[in-house]
Amino acid sequence: MSHRLATGGRLIDRSTSVRFTFNGTYLRGHAGDTLASALLANGRTLVGRSFKYHRPRGIVASGAEEPNALLGLGKGDRFEPNQRATTTELFEDASTTSQNHWPSLDFDVGAVNTALSRFLPAGFYYKMFMHPRPLWKHVYEPFIRKSAGLGEAPAAEARDPDSYEHFHIHTDVLVIGGGVAGLAAAKSAAATGAQVLLIEQTPHWGGRAVVDGGEIDGVPAETWVNATLQTLEGMDNVRIRTRVMGSGVYDHGYALAYERIADHAPGGEAPRHRLWRIRAQKIVTATGAIERPLSFAGNDLPGVMLAAAVRDYVVNYAVAPGKRTVVVTNNDDAYRTALALHDAGLEVPAILDARAEGGGTLAEAARSRGIRILTGRGIAKVKGRKHVTGVAICAQAGEGTVLDTIPCDAVAMSGGWSPVVHLWSHAGGKLTWNAEEAFFQPDPKRAPNTHDASPVVFAAGAANGQLGLAEALSDAWSAGGAGEGAPTAAPRDEAPMRPVWVMPENAKPALRRKAWLDFQNDVKVSDVMLAAQEGYESVEHTKRYTTLGMATDQGKLSNINGLAILSQSLGEDIPAVGTTTFRPPYTPISLAAIAGEARGALFQPIRKTPLHDWHEANGAQWEPVGHWRRPYCFTRPGESKHDAVIREIDQTRSSLGLLDASTLGKILVKGPDAGRFMDMLYTNMMSSLKPGFCRYGLMCSENGFLMDDGVVARIDDQTFLVHTTTGGADSIHAHMEDWLQTEWWDWQVWTANVTEQYAQIAVVGPNSRKVLEKLGGIDVSKEALPFMRWTDGTLADIPARVFRISFSGELSYEIAVPANRGRALWDKLLEAGEEFGVTPYGTEALHVMRAEKGFIMIGDETDGTVIPQDLGLDWAISKKKEDYIGKRAQARSFMASPDRWKLVGLETLDGSVLPEGSYAIGEGRNANGQRATEGRVTSTYYSPTLKRGIAFGLVHNGPDRMGQEVAFNRIGGEPVRARIVSTMFFDPEGEKQNV
Amino acid sequence: MLILSCPYCGVAADETELHPGGEGHLVRHGPGSSDDEFESYLFLRRNPRGVHVERWRHVHGCGKWFHAARDTMTMEVIGTYPAQVSEPPSEILNALGARSA
Amino acid sequence: MFDATPPLARARQDGRVSVECAGLTGMVTLRGDIAAIGEPVADATGLSIPDTLGIVEDGGRALAWMSPDELMLFCAYDEAEEIAATLTAATAEDHALVANVSDARAMFELSGEEAALRETLAKLTPADLRPDAFPPGTIRRTRLAQVSGAIWLAEDGAMRVICFRSVADYVFSLLCHAARPAAAVGHF
Repeated sequence: MSHRLATGGRLIDRSTSVRFTFNGTYLRGHAGDTLASALLANGRTLVGRSFKYHRPRGIVASGAEEPNALLGLGKGDRFEPNQRATTTELFEDASTTSQNHWPSLDFDVGAVNTALSRFLPAGFYYKMFMHPRPLWKHVYEPFIRKSAGLGEAPAAEARDPDSYEHFHIHTDVLVIGGGVAGLAAAKSAAATGAQVLLIEQTPHWGGRAVVDGGEIDGVPAETWVNATLQTLEGMDNVRIRTRVMGSGVYDHGYALAYERIADHAPGGEAPRHRLWRIRAQKIVTATGAIERPLSFAGNDLPGVMLAAAVRDYVVNYAVAPGKRTVVVTNNDDAYRTALALHDAGLEVPAILDARAEGGGTLAEAARSRGIRILTGRGIAKVKGRKHVTGVAICAQAGEGTVLDTIPCDAVAMSGGWSPVVHLWSHAGGKLTWNAEEAFFQPDPKRAPNTHDASPVVFAAGAANGQLGLAEALSDAWSAGGAGEGAPTAAPRDEAPMRPVWVMPENAKPALRRKAWLDFQNDVKVSDVMLAAQEGYESVEHTKRYTTLGMATDQGKLSNINGLAILSQSLGEDIPAVGTTTFRPPYTPISLAAIAGEARGALFQPIRKTPLHDWHEANGAQWEPVGHWRRPYCFTRPGESKHDAVIREIDQTRSSLGLLDASTLGKILVKGPDAGRFMDMLYTNMMSSLKPGFCRYGLMCSENGFLMDDGVVARIDDQTFLVHTTTGGADSIHAHMEDWLQTEWWDWQVWTANVTEQYAQIAVVGPNSRKVLEKLGGIDVSKEALPFMRWTDGTLADIPARVFRISFSGELSYEIAVPANRGRALWDKLLEAGEEFGVTPYGTEALHVMRAEKGFIMIGDETDGTVIPQDLGLDWAISKKKEDYIGKRAQARSFMASPDRWKLVGLETLDGSVLPEGSYAIGEGRNANGQRATEGRVTSTYYSPTLKRGIAFGLVHNGPDRMGQEVAFNRIGGEPVRARIVSTMFFDPEGEKQNV
Repeated sequence: MLILSCPYCGVAADETELHPGGEGHLVRHGPGSSDDEFESYLFLRRNPRGVHVERWRHVHGCGKWFHAARDTMTMEVIGTYPAQVSEPPSEILNALGARSA
Repeated sequence: MFDATPPLARARQDGRVSVECAGLTGMVTLRGDIAAIGEPVADATGLSIPDTLGIVEDGGRALAWMSPDELMLFCAYDEAEEIAATLTAATAEDHALVANVSDARAMFELSGEEAALRETLAKLTPADLRPDAFPPGTIRRTRLAQVSGAIWLAEDGAMRVICFRSVADYVFSLLCHAARPAAAVGHF
């Protein structure tokens, strides 16, 4: 049965047929349809099931407020659940599925809940699943998880093939909403010379006015809209854009807008969504108003719709939601729906006007067309099971005694309108209750303010409570900021509305239990009354207890009706009860839009050294170190990582290894006060370091904890070169700048982070000197360049700085060259080192070799709670200096306690490798009744040099317990016994490095 | 999301260009200070509902630390000023005085 | 310098906005009180000292204001070391730090219509890129998605972008993503 009318339809193109599927059935719509209008045109009024009772659900609205028509859309990689049919444009081959039903939409097992609804009242889950406790984990939770969630998640292996992006825009004025108020506000703002961005969430301009009719500046509203658009499009200072929803307004004129570029044309190269990050001097919210449902029994049956939505479908899409539509209202506006239906040749058997006094001019117009109007009447109950078949009429003032029954296939309801105050409220705008219209509206005296305490958000038109065309236009014009020249229209001519919160007024419990407030979450009038009865006074608590307004429409339809019922039940005024908090986004936006470009290769920056490409091509197994990627080891074909590490260590210790050390931080510190500053940064004395020399040092934070270490080279009298750990380069530079800028700003010191200027290569092993001598250019002999010295020169025709330092215990040099020439040096080292079996090694070999030699590693031996004294590094703490960063903190009693765990070496008795993070098991139990511990492993490796497991650990009184055995726990096994030994496992005299 | 004007480069910087640094005008207590002084310097921070003087760094911009006097409730920015002072400048103090009056 | 290779030496994407690696570029950082070092630096480089947020270009060199006590000189890669030495000598009497940092950063050039260039960058930075706020002759250090960078509209009409060398791949991919013709906005 087609519900498509023979004529009309502002937005559809009848010459273009569009094919789509709904639950596997092929259907046709027209270009310009939404999924909702196309489904209605095909007579598909049942589109889903409700959340709790699995009641049949039909389309209620025509826009963003739709609570029911949420569909699964798309297939495979492009499948997404919960797409709102009323705001999704129809496209060729769209595949749609209804949700929340099993086994089928028409026959749903869960619907048995509706029969049990008397036993599933508000707070049911809280009350039911409390006791007995043991049932929670294995019975209740799995049951609730199974029934929770709306729609199906995309398949686990699905990967979104589309692209997304952000767009940062600054503008003088942002106007949100492309109805006549938004257009007027934009035109007004533009007239002041301001830069204006006007956005509209739908693909169309004009909002309600182009459906509802009326004249602006003496021409039909639609004509005025088109002319205004043309004017705006021609202005240099104006940008206008459809399919962009104002999603949220935040502090200081910041707004997010959500552009749906390709939802209606999927599969192309354009980004699917774009998130606009807008900074505006002024934001005008011309977001219109949303019609409220009426609360009568059976108002949730498919076929019961908002009155304005009914006329939207008729006028915009030439779709008749019903052939015989009863209109039920408490205001004049719904008469427009009766008129539109009548003018489209559809039957309106009656208008039920809850107001005893009836309506005004619009009612006269209906009466003159011969439409039957019953005043003081309401709906006692809607007839039908899966669709409306009729309505039982009653007196609004009564308890629901049925006076008459009218057969019909649709009901158009209107409970009045609520301004869309969401965006106004997001950044703190306050509301005021308008008793005449029974709605909350923005209070301009309490607008959201910006950084200079001036108002930044201005509501305009219906969003500001101005429901009449003339009133909305003049309000919007003034919000835009221009003086004279507001568009004119006839003043509003409507009889007053009358608030109707329950229909009929004294509905009995049986009716209240069938009168829905929140259609998707199945919250009824009776649930809110029960909550009030059980002591819920706060609207925020009632929301969470009943789930009113917690569905995906976030209370757009239910909010005011629900809090009116609550306030009535509490015997309070509506403004005293207040509203729940409006939070962004206005309607759900895709997570992908929030992520923007940050997916796949752009998910986060990967920092690459100048040698990255070589590593990549030569078997590097990457290890993330901060944002850097460093080779963990280089595997050869068929080689395991473990074997590769052992090979790299053996080859380095026996002949020659190369390490890419480019990631180490390098910071220049220069100035007359540089020495003084260095002495504050480091725990040891740095000012006494002579040019040409290197010194290892420790840096602590002001709270005393060890945060970085490295080798300092004194370049000249005024200049130091600070080496930091890989992770410390940026943070230590920031640390220096913080102290220099904010504490010692009178000290003459400059810093420069030159980390990335250099490629740095460690040349390590007994043959390192030989290979450098082969390259030639710098004298690297023991005499010319002793241990802990550095020199500048030209190595293999490349300008280089050579440091004679060692982190492995081997004869070793670190060579810094300009980054762009790093690869050239690396290649030359490989070539010259070939005869020595030169072996590039990764971070794991580095770690093992430093551990064999007893060197600590920031991040392994330290974790933000460890002080240098814990690590036996007292030798690197100056006793002479009056002050250094962290000195005072290290004097605190807890830091000086002899009970602190201290660093020792550990050797397992069986030679095995201790588990990482393992704890030393102590005697007895601690204060929490847990097994006492007396230490923990900080680093643990297999040492190929010693052919056994070695480890570092922090152990209670450790240094005083040399030779003692300690047991370490092992998950899923017996404890491992280890002996406390020196941390210096290998070459304690330094015979290998000092050659 | 805040916009703070960097007093060094004049840029009205988006919060995402900035790095917060906590309470401003702390007085450093080093070796020789009492436990109470040191505790207050290292651990005790104001957390006012209202005007707060904070440190911010224009980390993605000119790299400079500065101070901002900001109302934590209304997000009003009373002013920003350089880091190299030990108390808010007179125009900020005057503005604060005018607010509380 | 036959063996010097900048990151992404041959990287390029053409379209409404073309993105390419600018190749080896000399860069020298200067830290000091600009009032004091301005004159010697101007003498040594032949460039005038830029105002706050300014960049001055002349004869294939450019001098950029990086912070109240920091300037960056752009020059030919081969002359950077010598200029750095000259500047060190010229500022020896002052408290100043001069360093050749030609290898620390990558530079990209975006070419196309100016509005399209602004639009491309607006996808990555929160900075105000409207012509009034960001005219040619200004340099803006800012955030480019998740990393720091600096951008300026050069006299030749190209948008220049610098970032640290290690994230050159990331920034190049970002720029290419933002510059895709199919993602044109048409806002500026």
